[in-house]
Amino acid sequence: MSDDTKTRDTLDVWVAGTEEPQFTPTDEGAQEMALHETESRLDEELGRVVDDDYLFEDVIDEDERMILNMGPQHPSTHGVLRLQIELEGEIIRRTKPIIGYLHTGMEKTAEQLNFSQGGTNVTRMDYLAPFHNELAYSLAVEKLLGMEVPPRAMAIRILLTELNRCSSHLVALATNGMDIGAISMMIYGFREREQILAFFEKTTGLRMNHNFIRPGGVAADLPPGWKDDVADIIEQLPKRLKQYDDLLENNPIWLSRTRHVGVISAQEATAYGITGPALRAAGVDWDLRKAFPYSGIEQYEFEVPLGENGDVYDRYRVRVDEIMQSLHIAEQVMDSMPKGDYRVDDRKITPPPRARIDESMEALIHHFKLFTEGFKVPPGETYVAVESPRGELGCYLVSDGQASPYRMHTRAPSFANLQALPIAMADSLMADTVATIASMDPVMGDVDR
Amino acid sequence: MSEENGTVDEVVVEERALPENTILRSLFEEFEDIIWELSHGQDVASVPRERWAEFGESAKAAGFEVCVDVTAVDWMRQRPDRFEIVANLLSMQHRLRLRMITTAPREEPSVASLVPIWPGANFAEREVYDMFGVTFEGHPDLTRILMPDDWEGHPLRKDFGVGSVPVQFKESNRVS
Repeated sequence: MSDDTKTRDTLDVWVAGTEEPQFTPTDEGAQEMALHETESRLDEELGRVVDDDYLFEDVIDEDERMILNMGPQHPSTHGVLRLQIELEGEIIRRTKPIIGYLHTGMEKTAEQLNFSQGGTNVTRMDYLAPFHNELAYSLAVEKLLGMEVPPRAMAIRILLTELNRCSSHLVALATNGMDIGAISMMIYGFREREQILAFFEKTTGLRMNHNFIRPGGVAADLPPGWKDDVADIIEQLPKRLKQYDDLLENNPIWLSRTRHVGVISAQEATAYGITGPALRAAGVDWDLRKAFPYSGIEQYEFEVPLGENGDVYDRYRVRVDEIMQSLHIAEQVMDSMPKGDYRVDDRKITPPPRARIDESMEALIHHFKLFTEGFKVPPGETYVAVESPRGELGCYLVSDGQASPYRMHTRAPSFANLQALPIAMADSLMADTVATIASMDPVMGDVDR
Repeated sequence: MSEENGTVDEVVVEERALPENTILRSLFEEFEDIIWELSHGQDVASVPRERWAEFGESAKAAGFEVCVDVTAVDWMRQRPDRFEIVANLLSMQHRLRLRMITTAPREEPSVASLVPIWPGANFAEREVYDMFGVTFEGHPDLTRILMPDDWEGHPLRKDFGVGSVPVQFKESNRVS
């Protein structure tokens, strides 16, 4: 037999009820520690030590990874964005954006339309910033034509695009707020946007998809009383923005859900070609209005707001500050609006005034030729970019001398910015997904075109 | 030949056009066979297809840290090489833009991918592949991006018709 049986003491055999009661001497009132408890565990339970339970140190088994499909029908994907998210517990490891659900072949359509019809096409791409699309397209056509538009047309273009930047950023703030749970922001943002859209409707006849900025100038002059409307917007909006700050700036829930969430560093932003508020929130001082001024924006004074951390909060902050700067530009444009024609006086490009058609045969012919054939553009290629609310909006235009573009390509800012979504979301919590998407402010019409 | 006459013809070396900007100039001086031209005041580099990625790397080293856009143009029969691939580069530190253009042949068009140099070229190159059928060697995930995965053809090619998709209207045979 083994040694164990030999050395076994009879006292080791336990008989119920025979043991001596054992008490450890303690301080009065103190509780005895349970046998399985340790000091470190107690610290955790009492909250003296906080352990981030979502940070896995070990390698997780393949079986424990889960692929979650989000969208394309999801209210917080801002349209028809679909994400495939690879999860480890609650942490996102990898993300794959799947796009194309709104693809309507606008670049192909542009080849069928002539140059003057093209505006109706491009204005539907980024439907929250239609004026910027029209401006990029018109500037590209004008560059191929080698044409300069009159100062008043340039000023009207700047006024409309800067107000458009405000309305687009207001939607971004509104949806960003709603996605995080600040439902009031949704109502507020859209309320303020309505005032700007009312001005657009008065000016262009439509709230969106204006086709107002056209090759050769703008479609019509500003309506009577436009100064009062713009002055009203400039007076009202800062007050409302102050309300947003009161609502959100000291709100601990808002701050903890936006600070250090969805961080994109400056290096990542440049490597992935991110532009616009997302780039500036990372602290990169880059604004096309300063770097490559267009449409005479260099004569107005404004600053480029910058963030520091490149997180959701900074992108929100940059947008609010950009609205203020855009209003500042709009104010300067309003005060210094040049007099003169609102489009070039070239009958081969712009249609004659309605009154002339009744009295002049040439005017009638020009009108007829412009609206049946359109104008021809000399062969060449060019790339023109403007600073849209979402970043660099470029138009690459190739003409082979015909009346319609040989190739029209739009460099869509949302399309490029969406590439950074997997970077911003990697190793973050699932709950931060919607905050990150909303802060990138993708417009699916712009992404898919 | 001129040797018979005992004279040597002067070899006329045509001055190669180079940009005035010092950064661009030193970049173009690195490459003998890359043509610089101005297109409406914008710098354009015509790059041979074999040196596409090589020129890209030098451009990045010269300070072009952002690849803004990659796109293509289908010239059908108008040019010997059917496809033209266009990349728009941006240098934030020097406030410069540069467009690099190369060509790809009709049969199996393919160029080197710019994704190893600029990760931001990823989606843009996928779009070019989707729309034109130009493949990019070395691209990590060259799949369709805008069109459905089972789509046949490449829509932005000039021989891809418009409005030839059958629709379920009453008299759809009249269209097509």
